[in-house]
Amino acid sequence: MARPALAASLEAVLGDRGNANRVFEILELLAAKEEEDVLCAARTCRRLFAALLRRGELFAGSLPAEEDALRGNYSAEEKYKIWMRHRYNDCVESLSELLGHDSFQVKVVVNGLIPIHEDASLLISRFQEYMEYEDVRYFVMKAVTESIGQVMQKIKERPLPFYQQNVFSLISPINMPNKERDMVKFMMKQDNQEEWKVSKLQAHKQAFERMWLTFLKHQLPSGLYKKVLVILHDSILPYMNEPTLMIDFLTVAYGVGGAISLLALNGLFILIHQHNLEYPDFYKKLYSLLDPSIYHVKYRARFFHLADLFLSSSHLPAYLVAAFIKRLSRLALTAPPEALLMVIPFICNLFRRHPACKVLMHRPNGPQDLSEDPYIMEQEEPSESRALESSLWELQSLQNHYHPDVAQAAAILNQSLSEIEDDISGLLELSASELFDKEIKKTSANVPLEFEQVRGLFGKKNDIIAEHFALD
Amino acid sequence: MGKAAKRKKKASTSSKAKGSAEPTIAMVKSNPFEVKVNRQKFNILGRKTKNDVGLPGVSRSKAIKKRTQTLLKEYKEKEKTNVFRDKRFGEYNTKISPEEKMIKRFTLERQQNYGKKNIYNLNEDEELTHFGQSLAEIEKLNDVIDSDSDTDERGALSAELTAAHFGGGGGLLRKKASTEQEDEEEEKPKSRKELIEELIAKSKQEKQERQSRRESALELTEKLDNDWKEIQTLMARKPPKSERKDKEAEKPKPDEYDMIVRELGFEMKAKPSERMKTEEELAKEEEARLQKLEADRLRRMRGIGEQENKKKPSHVSADDLTDGFILDKDDRRLLSYKDGKMNIENVEEEEDKEEEEDKEEEEEQEEEEGEKEDNENEEGEEESATEDEEDVASDNHSDLESDLESEEEAAGNKEQKKHKANENESQNVEELDPKMEAAKSELPYTFAVPESYEKFKSLLAGRTVEQQLTILERIQKCNHPSLAVGNKTKLELIYLKITSLLFPTSDFWHPVVTPAFIYMSQLLTKCRITTLQDVIKGLFICSLLLEYVSLSKRFVPELINFLLGVLHISLPKKQAQGYTVVHPFTPVGKNLELLLVCDKKDLESWKKQNLPLSVVTRLKELSKTEINHIRLSCLALCFDLIKRCAVLYESLPSFYEIMHPIRVLLTQRVSVSEYPEQMQEWYHGALKELENKTKHYTPLICEKKKPVPLKQYTPKIVKVLEFGRKQGGSKKEQERKRLIHKHKREFKGAVREIRKDNQFLARMQLSEIMERDSARKRKVKELLGSLATQEGEWKAMKRKKGRN
Repeated sequence: MARPALAASLEAVLGDRGNANRVFEILELLAAKEEEDVLCAARTCRRLFAALLRRGELFAGSLPAEEDALRGNYSAEEKYKIWMRHRYNDCVESLSELLGHDSFQVKVVVNGLIPIHEDASLLISRFQEYMEYEDVRYFVMKAVTESIGQVMQKIKERPLPFYQQNVFSLISPINMPNKERDMVKFMMKQDNQEEWKVSKLQAHKQAFERMWLTFLKHQLPSGLYKKVLVILHDSILPYMNEPTLMIDFLTVAYGVGGAISLLALNGLFILIHQHNLEYPDFYKKLYSLLDPSIYHVKYRARFFHLADLFLSSSHLPAYLVAAFIKRLSRLALTAPPEALLMVIPFICNLFRRHPACKVLMHRPNGPQDLSEDPYIMEQEEPSESRALESSLWELQSLQNHYHPDVAQAAAILNQSLSEIEDDISGLLELSASELFDKEIKKTSANVPLEFEQVRGLFGKKNDIIAEHFALD
Repeated sequence: MGKAAKRKKKASTSSKAKGSAEPTIAMVKSNPFEVKVNRQKFNILGRKTKNDVGLPGVSRSKAIKKRTQTLLKEYKEKEKTNVFRDKRFGEYNTKISPEEKMIKRFTLERQQNYGKKNIYNLNEDEELTHFGQSLAEIEKLNDVIDSDSDTDERGALSAELTAAHFGGGGGLLRKKASTEQEDEEEEKPKSRKELIEELIAKSKQEKQERQSRRESALELTEKLDNDWKEIQTLMARKPPKSERKDKEAEKPKPDEYDMIVRELGFEMKAKPSERMKTEEELAKEEEARLQKLEADRLRRMRGIGEQENKKKPSHVSADDLTDGFILDKDDRRLLSYKDGKMNIENVEEEEDKEEEEDKEEEEEQEEEEGEKEDNENEEGEEESATEDEEDVASDNHSDLESDLESEEEAAGNKEQKKHKANENESQNVEELDPKMEAAKSELPYTFAVPESYEKFKSLLAGRTVEQQLTILERIQKCNHPSLAVGNKTKLELIYLKITSLLFPTSDFWHPVVTPAFIYMSQLLTKCRITTLQDVIKGLFICSLLLEYVSLSKRFVPELINFLLGVLHISLPKKQAQGYTVVHPFTPVGKNLELLLVCDKKDLESWKKQNLPLSVVTRLKELSKTEINHIRLSCLALCFDLIKRCAVLYESLPSFYEIMHPIRVLLTQRVSVSEYPEQMQEWYHGALKELENKTKHYTPLICEKKKPVPLKQYTPKIVKVLEFGRKQGGSKKEQERKRLIHKHKREFKGAVREIRKDNQFLARMQLSEIMERDSARKRKVKELLGSLATQEGEWKAMKRKKGRN
């Protein structure tokens, strides 16, 4: 066994610089035949160079060639550092050669890549170039799955932010091939390439799926949760053998509330739409998602795009749509203008799709002089919110909005709607700064001026600012 | 007699020539067998028809005649190589005039004939004479004397003339001798020609004299008329306008004295002008003006003007696809900001405001100076605070920047406008003066900003426009907020305030106010609230917004949100229930309890004070108690704003829903008893306004849809440029069509002509052949006949012989 020998050389090299040449003994063993020896040597290398790095005994900066360094007028210290750095390079070289080793255990590498307590994103991004190789990717996926299982079992359901972050940054950029034909880039050549498991797309998919499922099985910190949900529909679901397996995860996420629920909606939509998922109380859930923050959050466009899709079905009962309309418009009372410009046409589209809801706009023979709005905002169940008995007083209030465009948009309520739906796709992404720029770019022939004589900055009658502020 | 006869003859010949053609055509026309009538299917008004009646016989004969003259000739000369050469001198040279040509030809002919002796002397050069005068000349002279021209002697020829014409040789000679002998020496009897010439000369002279006499008389009368007119004008003291003018223009410069006299004479008497207006009337006018302006403002507030313009009904044709596509020129004029060329009627009014604004700005600048250090710290903090934000920071910042720039620009423009106003306005200076003085005594100035309007004026006086512009630019640059650290935020706030002073904030849409609205709403929603300063700034903006909408009562959701948030942070943690705060406030997390005051002593010692704006930059220097007091003031301000909002938005149909979260907070959360009495007043004031409202909902009813009128198939009306011509298409297209049509017609005509030519030729050839055949037949017959006679003779001889 080479282990004791290695340990001895390590001790010697780290202990005394005079024994520096014993590094070669370790490096030699990297090329050994015995698998065990190689692993041992790799570990020793890691320990050695990590220690050297910590001590600052590795040359940093642009490295001069070895011969130059020996000849050149460097101090002994520097020469040593340069020399050591060259040994490090040798080590890296032989290690990368080893990557092509038949029974190379990616596990080791992977475990090194995803430390439990520190951020290793830089290291991981270095490693990404190897992930292009089909076989490397395959083994990495398997190793990650295993690693998660081990690590998480140890700590028993407590979230490990760094570890999970690292795992995520390792596996999120994984680029799965679409067809088996595309799988040509292998790091190692096998004799029976055709029958090798690694060359099968099915196997890849399976590994991929298992990896993600194990990863998502455990509780995630909320930031990571969002990140996973953002990429879910795009780069995870399409590459799974059985996308429906994600349903547990998505259902849990949908129940979390807030932004996470909004994001989970996208994945759920794909499952419902393409994989025949039956989701009980989906619309009730969607309804309960509507709270004042939807007009203010970052994912507004995404949410309304999906909500538009969900509510486009013509088989929805009128009470449900009316509840949605009423709730959206109620919430619009606190919305910024850019959201209002989007949501008013949105509501109009709902009216067009569900003409039964038009009573909200037009109720000729209804009871006059209600003492309060029949709609019950607090009611969770759309069917009991009495939305159909109400009217859209909120939009009527918005006709007095300070933004002229909003006021004009809300004024549509007074007229009967046209048949053609508004296209809201352009309005979804509307931002406040765009609104401002648009306003600035408008030109007008004349600028009306105030006709009242100005009497000082606070000279107006009943000046609120003069009442509460002083200029000193 | 001979002359008359000749004339008659001429006339008759000409009439005959015409008459010979006309009767034949008339005859042909009257003959119904010769006429072909082109019947028309429809009678079209205004169309002139040329070819309704044709004369085929006539035209055919014409065509045949023409062909015989041209085509037949050509045909006959076919395959004949001889060429006719016209050797006449200059026949085809257009440069030479016909006279020259003739002369040259004549000389050439003469040269040719020179030296050649004619065999026959026909005495062609000799003239025939009568009394020694050539007969040809006499003929000519007779034509010259046109007795008709002389009206006086019409009918009666002078004796001499008659003598010359009819008197014969002897009589004339005698008379001549008797009359002319005195003045002319008797040399030899004058020839007849001379006599007649004299006669003519005399009569001509007489005539001329008569004419000149008449003319001079006319001239004299005219002159007299003019003189009379002049005198008449002087007497009547009323110059006929045009005449006088003409004369003045013609005349050399009139005498100075005259001019003065005339001026005095013609001077207009002073007319009564409008009387001075009384104060009441002036006030009334002013009131009317204000009323009009107010009405204007209301109209703009409702945005009626714009919508009406848009709604102008336009004629909808049945061909309209109602796809909303209208190809129309956009003839809005762009606003030219840069050169201060904006069309603003009340520049003068603005003037005052500008002045005010200047004052404020300068005041600001002055103030800020002392607070530099603090500002720096502040700025740094804010910077870091905003950078923490992930999503908001970036666009938020750009907004700030851009808006500041635009405001800056706007200010610049105002200044430019102002200086334009300076130029044409000087009488207003006196009015402005007292104000300026007051401003001077109130505010100390620093920097190179002109201290008063007058200084500003003197600074600009006597410069060209370009120089003035550069001066203004420099002043602006010297006082740029970036030079005095930390001016930015405060300046911004002040700019927004100034906007409300300068422009009507109640307009439905306004090029300055609307962006300001958007900007303020973004300030309230996007800027994270991390410090007390942020709260103060936010409340300032809230007050501004309220002021902006105080007339128009427009709904500003951000305002309500912010007030709710402010209330929220004035409460102890973990009480958020029954309401939801939205961005920038968070229900949980840091920066809560910013306005919470727990210190009992501070609560008691608090008195309502105006929040000094400088607090925004100076907060660190203050003691804890002072800070607590400021917090309480903020809260009081918040209550007041809520109250005002409640009053303002009372009429909104969903007032109850809008105010619901605030009401919940006020009634359930705020622990009133802890607050000092003054604060409790504010609180109750706000609450009262909120609770007092009766809820009132009437179901919505859409406006009745106007029935869409049926589409009418209106005739397409096109201006008819020319009758009988195809319309439509552009001018080019029309021209093309016309040419195509013409080509087609010409082509057809040409084909027809060629066909007819061929027919004609064929006929000619046939007739030739027939002629030749018949000639041959005849010849053959002749030959055969002669042969037969020969044979007969020969047989007869034979018989004779045989008999013999």
